[in-house]
Amino acid sequence: MKMQFKIYRYNPDVDAKPYMQDCEVELEPTDKKLLDALVRLKVVDDTLSFRRSCREGVCGSDAMNINGKNGLACVTDVAGLKQPVEIRPLPGLPVIRDLIVDMTQFFKQYNSIKPYVINDTPPPSHERLQSPKDREELDGLYECILCACCSTSCPSFWWNPDKFVGPAGLLAAYRFIADTRDTATNERLDNLEDPYRLFRCHSIMNCVDVCPKHLNPTKAIGKIKELMVKRIA
Amino acid sequence: MANVAKRQFDAVIVGAGGAGMRAALQLSEAGLKTAVLSKVFPTRSHTVAAQGGISASLGNVQEDKWEWHMYDTVKGSDWLGDQDAIEFMCKTAPEAVIELEHFGMPFDRVESGRIYQRPFGGHTANFGEKPVQRACAAADRTGHALLHTLYQRNVRANTQFFVEWMALDLIRDADGDVVGVTALEMETGEVYVLHAKAVLFATGGAGRIYAASTNAFINTGDGLGMCARAGIPLEDMEFWQFHPTGVAGAGVLITEGVRGEGGILLNGNGERFMERYAPTLKDLAPRDFVSRCMALEVLEGRGAGKNKDHVLLKLDHLGPEVINHRLPSIREIAIKFAGVDPIKEPIPVIPTTHYQMGGIPTNYLGEVMVPKGDNPEVRVNGFYAAGECACASVHGANRLGTNSLLDLVVFGKSAGDSMIDFIKRERPVHKPLPENAADYSLSRIARLENQTGGEEVNDVRSAMQKTIQLRAGVFRNSENMALGVKEIAEVAERAKRTQIKDKSKVWNTARIEALELDNLIEAAVATMIAADARKESRGAHSHDDFQKRDDDNWMKHSLFFNHDRHLDYKPVHTKPLTVDYIPPKERTF
Repeated sequence: MKMQFKIYRYNPDVDAKPYMQDCEVELEPTDKKLLDALVRLKVVDDTLSFRRSCREGVCGSDAMNINGKNGLACVTDVAGLKQPVEIRPLPGLPVIRDLIVDMTQFFKQYNSIKPYVINDTPPPSHERLQSPKDREELDGLYECILCACCSTSCPSFWWNPDKFVGPAGLLAAYRFIADTRDTATNERLDNLEDPYRLFRCHSIMNCVDVCPKHLNPTKAIGKIKELMVKRIA
Repeated sequence: MANVAKRQFDAVIVGAGGAGMRAALQLSEAGLKTAVLSKVFPTRSHTVAAQGGISASLGNVQEDKWEWHMYDTVKGSDWLGDQDAIEFMCKTAPEAVIELEHFGMPFDRVESGRIYQRPFGGHTANFGEKPVQRACAAADRTGHALLHTLYQRNVRANTQFFVEWMALDLIRDADGDVVGVTALEMETGEVYVLHAKAVLFATGGAGRIYAASTNAFINTGDGLGMCARAGIPLEDMEFWQFHPTGVAGAGVLITEGVRGEGGILLNGNGERFMERYAPTLKDLAPRDFVSRCMALEVLEGRGAGKNKDHVLLKLDHLGPEVINHRLPSIREIAIKFAGVDPIKEPIPVIPTTHYQMGGIPTNYLGEVMVPKGDNPEVRVNGFYAAGECACASVHGANRLGTNSLLDLVVFGKSAGDSMIDFIKRERPVHKPLPENAADYSLSRIARLENQTGGEEVNDVRSAMQKTIQLRAGVFRNSENMALGVKEIAEVAERAKRTQIKDKSKVWNTARIEALELDNLIEAAVATMIAADARKESRGAHSHDDFQKRDDDNWMKHSLFFNHDRHLDYKPVHTKPLTVDYIPPKERTF
């Protein structure tokens, strides 16, 4: 099967500016996912650059914009993709080369929410106990793979990537607030109480729409907002 | 040669998977200036793909003891594992897992509030009597939960990561001591010398030497390649684990935890065939054993599907609740990669290359040990290895499921401690770098730059993968392996003349893949030569012409030396640290 592509290309070593490249590749019957097609394209043109690793949707390397929507190439079926398949780097982040973006800002925001359990009481010799019900509170929160599909589909993150934490970071913030082992809820809310960091989320819900792990950052953000309001009241 | 920028650290860690990040935590928290290099952002390391669990005899669900865990691991290793290292790992396991919990890892829980544990292959109570629930799990995302937790803890400790840097070569001085590495910053294409008092390799396995593998693209055995080129031997490379349940056709992993939760394997006739082979443990026998049984079913015409080329993993009888709660990612993978919903239909599976039992020879302290004169184990000063790239050897000829994640945190930590101790006591100041420390790496890059009339990386890599897949599979024989040795030598010659079209500096992935192939090929050659030489069947090395384990002649580790491609052997450690030796016996389940 032949497949048509339109791919965003930019190599700062040779290109004055980015351009869209038309190309075509012959797929084998075993090439079921978009990543398979990109790997085959790269055999023909070894200058095509993109990140990839696990090829099963758990490492978060191959996030890109596919026919206008962010997703992971490795879990996107080629069957059913409208052709030519238009592939661009994740929107809103500086492009380093081709489909590779500079994710510094994204990770800076993630790190800013202190993504680790804070608990200054000395741990017991066994586990810090947690009931199955309390543990269930973390479902839908801890599974994030930091692919950045969500944050780079969020208009608020596009406008203020330096000030707005973004859906991925806020999902992580709530993951620690919701953890019964964490004792720093107040500190975490303080850290987000600012016109930008949390409140730039306007519930557009692009994040929910694109998340390849079917997580719901908007819901988590809503819960943080509720806690803020409760705290004031 | 060219002037190369140099940077100095107390410690350099290559690799940011579970082992690298556990070691990094130890070093950062000790206040040492530490650089952690990784080809990918840390949470993209392949540890993230581990699913089923991490073993520890916590006894949260059923009575368990570390001595039972040790026995299972020794037996699982088919008596090739070093019993001092195995004792150390199994005895340390409970505190290592509790520590992860204290770091914030989101383990599943039982009603008492303690960590949930599930049965797994080869895990037994009372020295093989019956299955036991020892695998501590976070649903079927245990590796993800572990890796993210370790990354998060490193954020807290302010660890300095060099993200998307690829280490190129090990720097050894005239004494043979390790004093640093050369590395390529992918974003700029610049080569650096990283000068260190101690270096740790935590570079993962080389599963990509096979055509079909559960491994990620990045698992190219970079640490093995660097060692081979620097005169460090590779241990037990003939032992590769074939995981029983890779998705047929796609190679993607389906955790043994599925069978731990009650899933069963069926042949094309709908028969639960494992009952025939392993009356006690059935579907939960160790992986080498189950993989062979599956391959036999297919070879003898009892496979499933149109071409009778796979078997079926049935779990619909567990019910939607268990599947959605305990095995959610498996359901997702089955739907995406096998086109079946396991709530209704079985998953087509086939044994698939999964894990490298061999690697860089170390002891249980993470110190790299090589033969010198009559002494088979002399420390290489300043050099450490941990995780899948290392061979401690706790897995011997066959690893037990969930012992890999345990290996990462136990030996990541012990290697970190060893490095701290070494730096404090023996290497308070840097040993000088040899002159032109980067020359060798630069010459490799220049060769690629200037190569004409060479072959494409993809063609050579495919030839290598085809050879290894065909000649070093689940069942091996003399004729096939002898052919493999010849063929892989030819491929290795071709690998010296790879050519890339892309000559640019910034994020040149063609160059990175060519450099990765240099590493893969060393692992492939070592695998083929060590496999061909071993005239017995042990663990994952199943030899049609020598079907029995031969303890008199072959209870020994192989060591492959790259410079002249010769093999040497060293004894298995038969002295545990405190308990009695577990003598070899027949392995039945």
